[in-house]
Amino acid sequence: MSLWNRHAIFEKNSIILIVGILAVIAIGGLVEITPLFYLKSTIEVVDGIRPYTPLELTGRNIYVREGCYLCHSQMIRPLRDEVERYGHYSLAAESMYDHPFQWGSKRTGPDLARVGAKYSDDWHVRHLIDPRAIVPQSVMPGYPALAETEVDLENISAHLRTSRAVGVPYSDEQIINAKADLKAQANPDSPEADAFQKRYPKAAVRNFDGKAGNPTELDALVAYLQMLGTLVDFKLYDEKANLR
Amino acid sequence: MTAATIRTKSMTSGEAILAPLFAVLAFLCLVGAALAHDTAFAFHASLGSIASLAAAFTILNRYYDRPAEPPAQEINGLPNYNLGPIKFASVAAVFWGIAGFTVGLIIAAQLAWPALNLDLPWTTFGRLRPLHTSAVIFAFGGNVLIATSLYVVQKTCRVRLAGELAPWFVVLGYNFFILIAGTGYLLGVTQSKEYAEPEWYADLWLTIVWVTYLLVFLMTLVKRKEPHIFVANWFYLAFIVTIAVLHLGNNPALPVSFLGSKSYVAWGGVQDAMFQWWYGHNAVGFFLTAGFLAIMYYFIPKRAERPIYSYRLSIIHFWALIFLYIWAGPHHLHYTALPDWAQTLGMTFSIMLWMPSWGGMINGLMTLSGAWDKLRTDPVLRMLVVSVAFYGMATFEGPMMSIKVVNSLSHYTDWTIGHVHSGALGWVGFVSFGALYCLVPWLWNRKGLYSLKLVNWHFWISTLGIVLYISAMWVSGILQGLMWRAYTSLGFLEYSFIESVEAMHPFYIIRAAGGALFLIGALIMAYNLWMTVNAAEAKETQAAGLLQPAE
Repeated sequence: MSLWNRHAIFEKNSIILIVGILAVIAIGGLVEITPLFYLKSTIEVVDGIRPYTPLELTGRNIYVREGCYLCHSQMIRPLRDEVERYGHYSLAAESMYDHPFQWGSKRTGPDLARVGAKYSDDWHVRHLIDPRAIVPQSVMPGYPALAETEVDLENISAHLRTSRAVGVPYSDEQIINAKADLKAQANPDSPEADAFQKRYPKAAVRNFDGKAGNPTELDALVAYLQMLGTLVDFKLYDEKANLR
Repeated sequence: MTAATIRTKSMTSGEAILAPLFAVLAFLCLVGAALAHDTAFAFHASLGSIASLAAAFTILNRYYDRPAEPPAQEINGLPNYNLGPIKFASVAAVFWGIAGFTVGLIIAAQLAWPALNLDLPWTTFGRLRPLHTSAVIFAFGGNVLIATSLYVVQKTCRVRLAGELAPWFVVLGYNFFILIAGTGYLLGVTQSKEYAEPEWYADLWLTIVWVTYLLVFLMTLVKRKEPHIFVANWFYLAFIVTIAVLHLGNNPALPVSFLGSKSYVAWGGVQDAMFQWWYGHNAVGFFLTAGFLAIMYYFIPKRAERPIYSYRLSIIHFWALIFLYIWAGPHHLHYTALPDWAQTLGMTFSIMLWMPSWGGMINGLMTLSGAWDKLRTDPVLRMLVVSVAFYGMATFEGPMMSIKVVNSLSHYTDWTIGHVHSGALGWVGFVSFGALYCLVPWLWNRKGLYSLKLVNWHFWISTLGIVLYISAMWVSGILQGLMWRAYTSLGFLEYSFIESVEAMHPFYIIRAAGGALFLIGALIMAYNLWMTVNAAEAKETQAAGLLQPAE
C-alpha cells in the first residue's frame, strides 16, 4: 500500500513527473545508440569503400528526392534466398558514407543494394523513362523529366564540403574540382576525364544517358545505380578478417 | 472598450515581443526568397514571409480590438476555459484527415494501376507517399492530439490554459509546419528519413512550435487547481516531451546553404539507421500510442460515465510502457548490418512491450464494467471501445512480428503495411473519431451530435473498410514473403521478383476499396460534425451554454 502512495510525488509535482519521464525514456536510447559510435565491431574495415563521386552524389540526391527508398531497399539480409537473388549480404561499411542511409523498409520493387553493373546503361535509361516498356508487369512510375533536366553544376562543391563536415572524407582537391569531375564522369572523351579517374580510381566514366551535352539528372541517377554494391570485391573479401 | 475601465491599456509582453519579431521574420523570409538557391526554398520563404506578416498584423489588430483587461481566469467561480485554439485544431484535424485519407487512396490506386502516377515529377508514388503518411500521422493525428490535450489539461486541472498568444501560436504554427512539409514533398524536398522527411528549416520551425506547446501544457499543469495530475495528462506529457527528444536526436543536419532546401544529416550508415528507427518506432510509441492512450483515459470514462477501471494498473501501464517502448526500434533492422546485440535487445523489449500494451487495453475496456449496455445505444462509445480492441490486436501482432524468424518473412512485405494500418485506422483513427464526436458538441456548446445514426453508418462503413484493408495486406504480405523464399525441387529460386509484383495486383485493388470505404466514413463524419455546429435545431441549445470562451 505504502509504495502506491509514494507515487503521489509524481502526481502532485509536474516538474518531478517530467524529470521522471526523461530519465525513464533516456535509458533505452543510450544503451542502444551510444555503443554504435565507439564499438569497433560496428563497422568493419573493408577495402574498396570510397566516397561518392560528384555525379554519383548528385544521382543519390535524386534517388532521395524522388522517394525511391519507399519501394526499394538497399540492404541484403544474410538469408539464403536473398543472397542468391541479390548477391552477398550488405556490409555496414558499404553504407558508412551514406548521409542519410537508404536501407529502406519495403520492397514493392526489388532490393537495389547490388543493382550496379547488373543491367546496361541503356536498360536503365529506358526503364527509368518508361518502366513498362521494359518490364510489362512493373508498377513503377516513369521519370521522363529526368532526361530533360540538366544537373546543377554550380553548387556541387558546396555539397561535397557539407558532406565532409558531417564525416565523409573528401579531399580538398576533390572539393575544388567537383564541378569539373561532375562533367567529366559523364564525358569519357573530355580532357578532364583522366584527372577525374585519378581522383576516383575504378569509378565508371561513361556517357550514361547516351546524349551529348552537360550531364542530365538521368546521367547522375544511372551513374549512382550502376555503382551500387560494386565497391567491395567479394572475390578478395575476407569474412573472418574482422573477427576478434 | 468600456468606459468603466480605469486601467489604461498596455501591451502584454507577449504582444510587445512577438509582433516586432514576426515583422523581422517576414523581412528575413523575403530576403531568403529573393536570394534562394532553389525554387522550393524560394516558395517556402515566400510562404514564411506572408505568414509572418499576417501574424504581426493579427497580433497588433488583436491588441487594438481587445479590452484593456486580459481575459478573466475565472467567471463566477468557474474556470474561463480557452477554447478558441482547440476549435481551430479540431476543424484542422477533420480537414487534414480527409486530405490524408484521400492521398492514401490515390497512392493505393497507383500501386494497382501504375498509370495513375501520370509520370509527372510531383504526382509519383515516391512523392505522394510521404504526403499521405505525414498528413494522417502529423496533420490529422497531431491536430487531434493538440486539440484534445489542450482541452483535457484545462478540464482536469480546472484552470484556463496558460498564455494567451502561446496556444494560438502552437496551433497555427503547427499547421504552418504541416503546410511547409506537405508542399515540400510535392516539390521533392525531403531528407528521406521515414516520418521525419521535412528538411532542416521545417525541423527548426517545428522545434520552436513544439517547445512552446510543451511550455503551454506544463505551465497549465503548474497552475492547476486540482491536487493530483490526472492520468491522461501523464500520457500527454510523456508524448510531448519524448517527441521533442526524438525530433532533436533524429534530425541534426547541416544545410548545404542557408538559402537552399538541401541538407546532409549528421548521422550516417548504421548509426543513422539506428537513430532513424529509434525515432521511427517511438513516433509510433509516443505520438500514435501514448498521446492517444491519453485520449482513451479521458474520453472513455467520460463517455461511459464510469471511473477508470484500475488506478494502479494505470501507474504500471504508464511507466512500463514509456520505459519499454524506447528500446523497440531495432526490430525494424533485423538481419541488417546493425550489430546483432542491438537487434536482440530490440526484439526482447518489443516482446515485453506486449504486457503493458495489453495492461492498458484491459484498463480501457474494463472501464466499461457495468456500462456495457451503452455499446448498444451509443455508437460513439462503440467506436472508442472498438479502437481499444484494435489497439490490443495491433499490439499483439507487433511483438509477434518483432521476433526475428517471423520478421525474416514479414519484413519488406505488405504485412508491415497491414500491421501499421490495423493500428492507424483501427486504433488511432477510431479513437480520434470518437474523441472528435465528443469534443465538437462540447466545444460549440451543443446538446449532442446532429445524428447518431450517421455515426453508426460511419462506424460500420469504416470497420468494413479496415477489415478489407488489413486482410488484403495480410494475404499479400505473407504471399510475397513466401514467394521470395520459395525453392523448386531442383534447388532454384522458384519465382522471379516481378512474379511476386504481379501476384499483388488483386490485393492492391481490395486494399484500395478498403481505403475508399474508410474515406467515405470520414466524409460522413465531417458532414455530421458540420451539421452539429451549424444546424438550426442545435442552435437552440446554445442558450444553455454557461461559459463562452473569451474569443
